Amino acid sequence: MKQSMTVESPLLKVSGESPLLKVDDLTVGFADRRGFLLAANRVSFSVPKDHTLGVVGESGCGKSVTLRSLLGLVPYPGEVIAGSIMWMGRDLRTLSKKELERIRGKDISMIFQDPTSCLNPVFSVGDQITEMLRMKLHMSRQKAFNRAVELLDRVGIPSPKQRLADYPHQLSGGMRQRVMIAIAIASQPKLLLADEPTTALDVTIQDQILSLLAEIREETGMSMILVSHDVGVVAQNADEVAVMYAGWLVERGAAREVLHGPRHPYTQGLLNAIPKIDQVGQRNPLVPIQGQPPNLANLPQGCPFQPRCPFVNERCYSVLMELDRQEPEHGSTCPFMDGEGA
Amino acid sequence: MIWTKEEYHHIITAAVRRLRSRARAERRWSSVTLWMGVAIVGITVILAIGTNWIGFTNPNEQDLGAALLSPSLEHPFGTDELGRDILTRVLHGARIDLSFGLITTYVSLIIGMLLGALAGYFGGVTDTVVMRVVDTVISFPFIVLILAIASIVGAGLLGAYVGVLVVSWALYARLTRGEMLVLREMQYMMAAETLGLPVRRIIFVHAIPNLLRANLVFSMSDMVLNILTLAALSYLGLGVRPPAAEWGTIIAQGQKYLRTAWWISTIPGIVVVLVGVGFALIGDGLADRLGEDATGTA
Amino acid sequence: MKSGKGSPLLEVRDLSKYFFTKRTVLKSIRGKPQPRLVALDGVSMTLNRNETLGLVGESGSGKSTTARCIVRLHEPDKGSVLFEGRDVLSAGAEEIRKIRREMQLIYQDPYTSLNPRLTVRAAISEPARVHRLVDHAGESDLVEELLLRVSLPVTVADLRPRALSGGQRQRVAIARALSLRPKVIIADEAVSALDVSIQAQMLNLFDELCKGLGLGMIFIAHQLSVIAHISQRVAIMYLGRIVETGPTPEVFLRPRHPYTDALLKAHPTIESQRNRTPALSGEIPSPYAIPRGCRFNTRCRYTENRCFSEDPPPVEVSPGHYSWCHVLPEFSSGMVTKKTG
Repeated sequence: MKQSMTVESPLLKVSGESPLLKVDDLTVGFADRRGFLLAANRVSFSVPKDHTLGVVGESGCGKSVTLRSLLGLVPYPGEVIAGSIMWMGRDLRTLSKKELERIRGKDISMIFQDPTSCLNPVFSVGDQITEMLRMKLHMSRQKAFNRAVELLDRVGIPSPKQRLADYPHQLSGGMRQRVMIAIAIASQPKLLLADEPTTALDVTIQDQILSLLAEIREETGMSMILVSHDVGVVAQNADEVAVMYAGWLVERGAAREVLHGPRHPYTQGLLNAIPKIDQVGQRNPLVPIQGQPPNLANLPQGCPFQPRCPFVNERCYSVLMELDRQEPEHGSTCPFMDGEGA
Repeated sequence: MIWTKEEYHHIITAAVRRLRSRARAERRWSSVTLWMGVAIVGITVILAIGTNWIGFTNPNEQDLGAALLSPSLEHPFGTDELGRDILTRVLHGARIDLSFGLITTYVSLIIGMLLGALAGYFGGVTDTVVMRVVDTVISFPFIVLILAIASIVGAGLLGAYVGVLVVSWALYARLTRGEMLVLREMQYMMAAETLGLPVRRIIFVHAIPNLLRANLVFSMSDMVLNILTLAALSYLGLGVRPPAAEWGTIIAQGQKYLRTAWWISTIPGIVVVLVGVGFALIGDGLADRLGEDATGTA
Repeated sequence: MKSGKGSPLLEVRDLSKYFFTKRTVLKSIRGKPQPRLVALDGVSMTLNRNETLGLVGESGSGKSTTARCIVRLHEPDKGSVLFEGRDVLSAGAEEIRKIRREMQLIYQDPYTSLNPRLTVRAAISEPARVHRLVDHAGESDLVEELLLRVSLPVTVADLRPRALSGGQRQRVAIARALSLRPKVIIADEAVSALDVSIQAQMLNLFDELCKGLGLGMIFIAHQLSVIAHISQRVAIMYLGRIVETGPTPEVFLRPRHPYTDALLKAHPTIESQRNRTPALSGEIPSPYAIPRGCRFNTRCRYTENRCFSEDPPPVEVSPGHYSWCHVLPEFSSGMVTKKTG
């Protein structure tokens, strides 16, 4: 069947430290009345300390599902059917619900795209933060209150003491996202999972939130996995980029390398298709990726990008994708784009 | 990678097989409940329509010699105190009850849906007027209303029809109006307006077909309730009068014999429950299926 | 503010739209004024034939409201809209139906912009049939022609929207709009809900259609890169007003309004680096309480005294390029340009 990559993160080679998170062959399947499909297919990557991995791809590529499966949050009718998720030496898949809960929100935190649905509308902001502090960090009521004010201040919310009494609907989208970040960093997690955290926000607010996250990362050395369909956001914030298509991780490497010298036809196609603001006035037509988005329930044998790939040939259909071993820091599942660059 | 190619292949194939069969099972199960409902209701309807042709001709045929007989091959549902065959009476009752259910439910649905759609689409005065009438009708104590109507129209089946119709439409109107408020914001509704389509068309061709789903699902439980209402009214002496055969009257008359000839009330009672469950199952099944069409996403 | 030759296709002058929320009984007794949401506050623009005008802004800017007021989905409270010289806002029911044929709106959400119960064929042919532009016999030719024009295979004609992808549905929506042979297309975030690879296809399609059919198009988007690609002129909106307008390359390379500069700097591109200082601080003020003076003064870095008391008038900073700012700073290029090496 299909193979993925055992590409180790480039930073590993340098520091020699073992990574915080090492995911191998993660496979997630969905089955319901309509049929079944593999939302993530043998996804492997690792995240060292103080490092940001950006996962980019279009809708349905499996990036959100992959992220959620790390904390056991895949909703029915999906389930993780194979793979290992090594966190600090333990496989998260083997942990009991209780043990997983202890890790969630404490060592590994997550923020989501839509803060509206993640904040309970019937509780005040203050209640939600302090509840988290008291349950996870066992703080006293007074300490939790003070820490909550600190946190709101840290995430850039003006008049934090007054804001504690506000309800989520009284806050703007950007403010709500800051609250969510406050809750997520309260326990000083080592890893933050961010699932399209700025997609629903205006571009100037997105800018503020991303800056805030960069500040926090620099201060605390927190690692982050940033999932986004916006290549620009990922380019700006990630040390390493992973590209997903139809459940496959098709390319991975240092951000600058992947974005300036892609080694997979999909990555290249994606980069060509993005309108670039600095080409304003030049009126070059965009080069779109031909064809339709993949139907995960009905993928071709072999590489899933075949129907749309400009370089497709008969070897793509039947042969197992061999690893690209020549430059292990920057790997791709396509053997043909080797050395051709952008 | 921690497994070899072969091991991984094995794990994946097993999991895929499991997921596939689960998908199949889910598909099958939702069909099963729907078809069960259809079967129950379908059989009842067919029997009701064909009663006379299959030989159960006279529900009022008395045979005092055969009174209060327990269920047997000759009288599968037993006989009552006047020697009338309960099965025949139940079948004839089905005709009355089912037609009552159908007419009251669907006439109410049409009227209510129309008024609700207009109220929801136009808002303003139309909305206020319609909704206030709806509120008034619904908050009226139902039995008082029926009694009032019975005193005007006369007791009997007609009175029951009028009474239920007067109230039922309001439920559909309220339901539809709520759905319309949501539908109005759908971009294809706005598109219909900017494409210059006339209002009449927007409401009848674009809005109503999409409003049907909620109404149809509701109509299944409404039907059950309407049938039960008729049975209850007849039981109380309004609605159908004896010696007419109707589920409610049969059950009411059999009350005195509950200890001795329990079958007179109980078996028709079970039939009522069964038919109710049948409609409910259809309602659920419809909700599942039609649900895929409502917003255009699967 | 004309920039094309000949008379403009669409002229919008001083369009204003307010939304009033209900007052509680208590508040009206106390004599508090009814809260008024200012969605549009004196918006003017011109659209010429064969031209694409980009309308950019964030939430609360009023860009969608502008589109809806132009086609009278909302009734504006002030201002005028002239389509080929005809007054749109005071047109009667019959007249507005005729005008609407010529100005079509493409909506954002591909999942709700098509009636799920109609087949593609029915959806596309309906408007033309209702307006009696085609008879029963000509319908299928019309459908084929339109599907071809939006690069959809004729086989989709008998499918329902449920079977189509987001991009395909948008194409059907475009085909439907084109069936009335409009002269103006207003695309309200028409590609925002689509994947990048499909977005590219759609932008190319829009481009082709405008050139091929000589349409005028108002393209509304929140992403600057999309606007940069598709529009010849651009208008930047903030809190219900236009703050800068002009030829797109000119405005994007030499912005003269602090908000435009902030938008350009905040836009993440592949080359950009993450600065720790965001391009713009603060939040957008409430549209119920528009700031006095220049409405951008709560977040602007370049304010002077008069920014808090006077509304800035438009200043032509270069031919066809206007900015509504008292200070008119000159910024180093708003975008990070491609570095070599």
